[in-house]
Amino acid sequence: MSLKGKAAAIGIGELKPLKEPGNATALGLMGKVAAEAIADAGLEKNDIDGFLVGMPFSDPGMIYPASAAEVFGLRPRMLNVVDIGGASPAGMIWRAAAAIDAGMCNAVLCVVADLNRAGDQRVPTVSVQREFEAPYGNIGANCGYAMIAHRHMFEFGTKAEQMAKVAVDQRANALNNPLATFNDKPLTISDVLSSRMIVDPLHLFEIVSPVSGGAAVIVASADVAKRAKHPPVWILGAGEYANHATITYAPSIVESPIKPAAEAAFKMAGLAPKDMDFVCPYDCYTITVIVTLEDAGFCKKGQGGKFVEEHDLTWKGDFPCNTHGGQLSFGQPGLAGGMSHVTEAIRQLMGRGGKRQVKDAHLGYVNGNGGIMSEQVSLVLERRS
Amino acid sequence: MSDYIKPLPKPSPTSLPFWEAARRHELKLQYCEACKAFIYYPRDRCPTCFSDSLEWRPVSGRGKVYSYTVVRRASSRSFADGPYVLAIVQLDEGPRMTTNIAAPPEQVRVDMPVAVYFDDVAPGHTLVKFKPA
Ligand SMILES: [Zn+2]
Repeated sequence: MSLKGKAAAIGIGELKPLKEPGNATALGLMGKVAAEAIADAGLEKNDIDGFLVGMPFSDPGMIYPASAAEVFGLRPRMLNVVDIGGASPAGMIWRAAAAIDAGMCNAVLCVVADLNRAGDQRVPTVSVQREFEAPYGNIGANCGYAMIAHRHMFEFGTKAEQMAKVAVDQRANALNNPLATFNDKPLTISDVLSSRMIVDPLHLFEIVSPVSGGAAVIVASADVAKRAKHPPVWILGAGEYANHATITYAPSIVESPIKPAAEAAFKMAGLAPKDMDFVCPYDCYTITVIVTLEDAGFCKKGQGGKFVEEHDLTWKGDFPCNTHGGQLSFGQPGLAGGMSHVTEAIRQLMGRGGKRQVKDAHLGYVNGNGGIMSEQVSLVLERRS
Repeated sequence: MSDYIKPLPKPSPTSLPFWEAARRHELKLQYCEACKAFIYYPRDRCPTCFSDSLEWRPVSGRGKVYSYTVVRRASSRSFADGPYVLAIVQLDEGPRMTTNIAAPPEQVRVDMPVAVYFDDVAPGHTLVKFKPA
């Protein structure tokens, strides 16, 4: 049993992130991007019979999917919250394909949106994290990724300049993305390294900025995809894996669960990393991209720093990576940050990349990453020519 | 009343022996006889073999810094009182612990040997921290 070619992404909706949300609500933003995605797919709301939604930090609650579906007037045959952190959006895509393949539904709305206000605080909410992490100040994601970066530098000699280059090349991509939060001026390696140190060894410009926004994707059966306005983007492979929640208890902090997730995705697709025309790895921090490229098999373990140093990660480069700017330049509107990698891959494969279109883009790799390198979802997507 | 404003652990029935030992300035971890391995944080069952026959045993309190960061800007207001060293310490007995290192940040290195100390942060509350060995 495989999901290869069983369903396609046929429509997207995405907001330019807001630095301050004003009167916006998470449900309001979800409705907006849902309407945009349904129209983009060439469907009507009543065509939607599956509903996967992310729970917003700003308006959480139990029994969330039915409540949101009621607000939007949806009558889904399959509905769920997907709660695997930043991997939720990528996780929604294969879950939608699986539900379609199982005959449960035909057109799934995958939607995420959230609000972030200046000064918002994040505290761990699961009891073991409140008990064994929070008292020592292991609160929020910054600390865990900083410790990954230090260990990576120690084991493999990864350099600060190499990590900074990820942010620099992705910014060059963002300059061609009108939706990106930071798209007004280029960044240099010295800009990154002279930005404020937040959690050693990570500087301010190596860390995502919380913003508000939303994004949606419609995943449909082959039958529905025939009616789509744009070229369908087929799900060829998917893989998911987790082996820890808090990084302290991971088997290794420099080798992530991306490896088994990516291996499963490439195996299902019958393809290899070298076949990809571009990649969209989750980038909450610069180090995340380096670890992802290693564990997904684009370079050897420990060589990620050298790899990003030696390759041009821009849309016109030899290794196009996060052509929308990544979340580092796009901003992180809660879970919609993770959806930005999915929407960008779909845009590139549909040939809607505008000024940042990768030439002859037929195959793309997406990775979604939750928590501190915890939940991982890899996708291989294809545009058939 | 204590003026300590940082989060304090609320022991569960599972973890109470760990925190009670810490209050006596002893480091005790659960040991799985089947796996011949120590476990941290406390569990009802061994996360490897899923056995529930676990025994509390003292450990050396010695280990190495597996990784660390200096938190210069905290994500939580209760830690806004200045930079602190957050670390993962790997004990000589194997398990890794999230902790703090009491040392000037510029002296902390990955792989540095450390030894446990007990920080009585508030009445009835002792945290398990480390300092250079
Ligand atoms: Zn065991």
